[in-house]
Amino acid sequence: MPEKPGIKKFLNQLFEALLPLGSVFLALLVGALILLALKVNPLVAYSSMLRGAFGDMTGITQTLVKATPLLLVGLGVCIAFRGGVINIGGEGQLLVGALAATALAVGFQTAPGWILLPSCLIVGALAGAAWGGVPGFLKARMGVNEILSTIMMNAIALQLSNFLLRGPMIDPAEIEAGTRIAQSALLPRSVWLVRLVPKTLLHGGAILALIMAVVVFIFLWRTTIGYRIRAVGLNPDAARYAGIRVPFYQALSLILGGAFAGLAGAVEVMGVQHRMMEGLSGGYGFSGIVAALFGKLHPLGAIPASILFGGLLEGANKMQRTVQVPSALIDVMLGLVVLFVVSADLLARSRARRRKING
Amino acid sequence: MKSVLFRLSLLVVLAAVLVSGCAPAAAEPVTVEVTRVVEVEAAPVEVVVTATPAPVEEEIFRVAIVMPSSITDMAFSQSMYEGLLKVQAEMGGPEKMEIAYSEGMFKVPDAAAAIRDYASQGYNLVIAHGSQYGTSLAQIAPDFPETAFAWGTSLDTFQAQGITNVFAYQAEAQEGGYVLGTLAANMSASGVLGVSGPVEAGDAKLFVDGFKTGAMIAKPEAKVNISYTGSFSDVSLMAAAAETHIAAGADMLTGSSQSVVGAIGVAKEKGAKWFGAQWDQTNLAPDTVAASMVYDWTGVIKDMITSVKAGVMGGKAYTLTFKNKGLVIAYNPGVEIPADAKTAAEAAIQGIMDGTIAPLSGPKQ
Amino acid sequence: MGDLFTLPVLLGILYSGIRLATPYLYAAIGETFVQNSGIFNLGVEGIMLMGAYVGFFVGMTTGSLWLGLLGAALVGLLMGLLMAVVSVTFKAEQGISGIGLHLFGMGLSSLLFKKTLGGVESISGFQPIKIPLLGDIPLLGDVLFNHNLLVYVAFLLVPIAAFVLYKTTFGLKVRSVGQNPQAADSLGINVAQIRYTTVCIGGTLAGIAGASLSIALINLFQENMTNGMGFIAVALVYFGSWRPGGVLVGALIFSFVNALQLWIQVKGINLPSDLAVMMPYVLTILALAFAVRRARQPAALSKPFERGEN
Repeated sequence: MPEKPGIKKFLNQLFEALLPLGSVFLALLVGALILLALKVNPLVAYSSMLRGAFGDMTGITQTLVKATPLLLVGLGVCIAFRGGVINIGGEGQLLVGALAATALAVGFQTAPGWILLPSCLIVGALAGAAWGGVPGFLKARMGVNEILSTIMMNAIALQLSNFLLRGPMIDPAEIEAGTRIAQSALLPRSVWLVRLVPKTLLHGGAILALIMAVVVFIFLWRTTIGYRIRAVGLNPDAARYAGIRVPFYQALSLILGGAFAGLAGAVEVMGVQHRMMEGLSGGYGFSGIVAALFGKLHPLGAIPASILFGGLLEGANKMQRTVQVPSALIDVMLGLVVLFVVSADLLARSRARRRKING
Repeated sequence: MKSVLFRLSLLVVLAAVLVSGCAPAAAEPVTVEVTRVVEVEAAPVEVVVTATPAPVEEEIFRVAIVMPSSITDMAFSQSMYEGLLKVQAEMGGPEKMEIAYSEGMFKVPDAAAAIRDYASQGYNLVIAHGSQYGTSLAQIAPDFPETAFAWGTSLDTFQAQGITNVFAYQAEAQEGGYVLGTLAANMSASGVLGVSGPVEAGDAKLFVDGFKTGAMIAKPEAKVNISYTGSFSDVSLMAAAAETHIAAGADMLTGSSQSVVGAIGVAKEKGAKWFGAQWDQTNLAPDTVAASMVYDWTGVIKDMITSVKAGVMGGKAYTLTFKNKGLVIAYNPGVEIPADAKTAAEAAIQGIMDGTIAPLSGPKQ
Repeated sequence: MGDLFTLPVLLGILYSGIRLATPYLYAAIGETFVQNSGIFNLGVEGIMLMGAYVGFFVGMTTGSLWLGLLGAALVGLLMGLLMAVVSVTFKAEQGISGIGLHLFGMGLSSLLFKKTLGGVESISGFQPIKIPLLGDIPLLGDVLFNHNLLVYVAFLLVPIAAFVLYKTTFGLKVRSVGQNPQAADSLGINVAQIRYTTVCIGGTLAGIAGASLSIALINLFQENMTNGMGFIAVALVYFGSWRPGGVLVGALIFSFVNALQLWIQVKGINLPSDLAVMMPYVLTILALAFAVRRARQPAALSKPFERGEN
């Protein structure tokens, strides 16, 4: 019967698609027990969560606003992990990207928008690339482990941002008012990314991120450099025998990973905040890793993964407001979701293996 | 899995783009006209209202606050939250005034979502309790003319941008810093004072600068050592900073941000005295905390509520000063403070209130 | 600058550096066991926070610091067990499950703090113990031999861990499981059992690391009080090339430079405070790049073991 394999394949696909959702459900179940312990009706809490994430215009756009930096950082993580390097430095790369874009935009206020706007995006990406390039260089030349150096570079970027925002880049109005709040001047309107939906924060960066996902997909699977990066990641020894310069491609994947995180920073400044300030990175450097891994380190998989994860973050905030539970509960539940989702992976993998063995 | 979710996500995006076509119409223009006559340095703000108020007196006044830290941070966020609770009690409890809060909103986009959400739920007053929320607030406020917003620390009510429903508030932390510096310099036996701040900016920087000025004016030969930890939450490094100050000879310590609790512990252990900022930290170390500069926001909150009820939705900038009793020095009766030190501190408060002392430069002339 | 290199300053750096290094040592030595067996636990920070909370809460409510310490060790063990189930039995991607564990521990400790304590309170923690004779050495005695118990134990842990890893059968098994689980398995070593054991050891020590902050060094609990220490601890394992001695060097460099930068600020040397705070991070990278001998990481690090593969 010719239909049967098709149905089986479909069922398999369905199972794998439902698996992460199932584990999210399981995590919510545990969360429900905690909610009951806090004397909160879990149904009320969760319905507000769903409404907060996807229930109305505000929720949907907020979810997408969150998904945008998650996707961009996640794309960088995809490249780095595909190249066999672990980039935990998204947080720092995002900050320097935002700083660089801000500095350029504020420094050349009067430049025409059609040249200033793309320049800001590019400069943000370049700054992120440079910040990722330091661990890349250290790994390629000195053998310094990138986990160590990217964690350290995050702390350095944070202090650099503190320094610049209270000194050279501080908004002159803050000095004048005597309030001395550490934030930059407002960016010129010419570099503000277009608002896709009026009265919401959804901005053109979301579309840019979608395009970039396709670009990264083409880059990794349709170009020679992308092929080499993946070869190095899959098996560095084999790649070396094949004549691929392994350290170079490892460094390159860190640099490209940094570029996307830097771009995320520039987009966040130009699309959402319109100025550089403390708290801008908002943990996207870390959540982006989670989003990328939810998407199986595939650039296109990262799209739904970052929307799902963005929705989870957004909905959880709404739930916190509606039922007035401490915000820490959100972290507990997100932690559980992450743990359950990665654990459930085993089921998918063992099924895949059985399929392989059975032919 | 990828393909299914991918299609799903495309649908969501598509839906978003479609709905964007039918966004709600622009809100009606506001009829309240507020003219503000304000000198930033002078404490009380004069407001001339030529308004057509439409006060629909509601039974319950609903306040929401969004804050970066938590309601138990023993610092900036707690001071505002406790202020709200106090006003609530005065107004007659939760039946008369509802308080909703979102804490831990250190991500600005999260805070923006919370502010927008509270406004659309019809809260009368939404407080954005962090200077980093300002840009977002300026984008949200015009969409909700029926809601009053407040934010701080800042003095910018966005009137220049044509926004009329935003209050702003700020604490003159340097005034309290000056007085505590005077007190500490007079109490110090070693003549060395230690200050550990979080990040060298904003409120913390003003407090530290005021403290140093006050101490140097009181005792020109005193030494004020200053360090910053680069973080608002690094309790451990703050403790190490206090250790360092004590090893460098300091016997009087102060600092600001929620991470100072680590330093207070060290002061207690080593027998140094502590001067608290933003919130009364006495109960953490009853033998150690000599005095605290406390932010009392109740006056500001009450005035905002009265204004909103009268139909004035914004346009006022408040400052907490000694003069308007928003800044209070809370002495700890458990710690003996020499009479001359207390006299000098009281004189400093008086001087600041008279305007004869500038907290960042000292006595005038 | 001359002002900086005086005896009191150097002694002060030594004293603060030793105290700062203590939590890093517990957490990083624990993670050394974990990583030598081939597991990468990025969730140390979350375990530390749970240990800090439980240690403080139990210590305060029972009045016994020892019970607090025990509670912290137990909760660390449980968190380690959770990580082991996820990463060994369910073979989950370890970097990401570590982030999950971190979020879980951070959230749960804050939630419990809010519901049980409600606000910051302090406790009288483990008191300094002056070691007889050694403590009487002029100058150095007070700086080196007048600390609380958990500080001494942290430093004693380094030779103990080195002994266990390099001189015992258990240590040999741990390292072989981390280098080549297939070969270890064929020699009859129970890979899963060894990895469960090390991850639980790592969790227990991370729990104690948290307690060392909340009931011995700072003596209070506040939300998110570890402020990234757990991640630095993981980085220090890489710095130390997976050897306890190397971890000690890394922890001391990082802590001494941190103490030094505070002195630079206190002495009023003209360096922006933010750049001073950066110093330990920059120097740790530089030290690794130029001075420290490199070693190969455990070959099977962060790779789940699948019997019969390869």
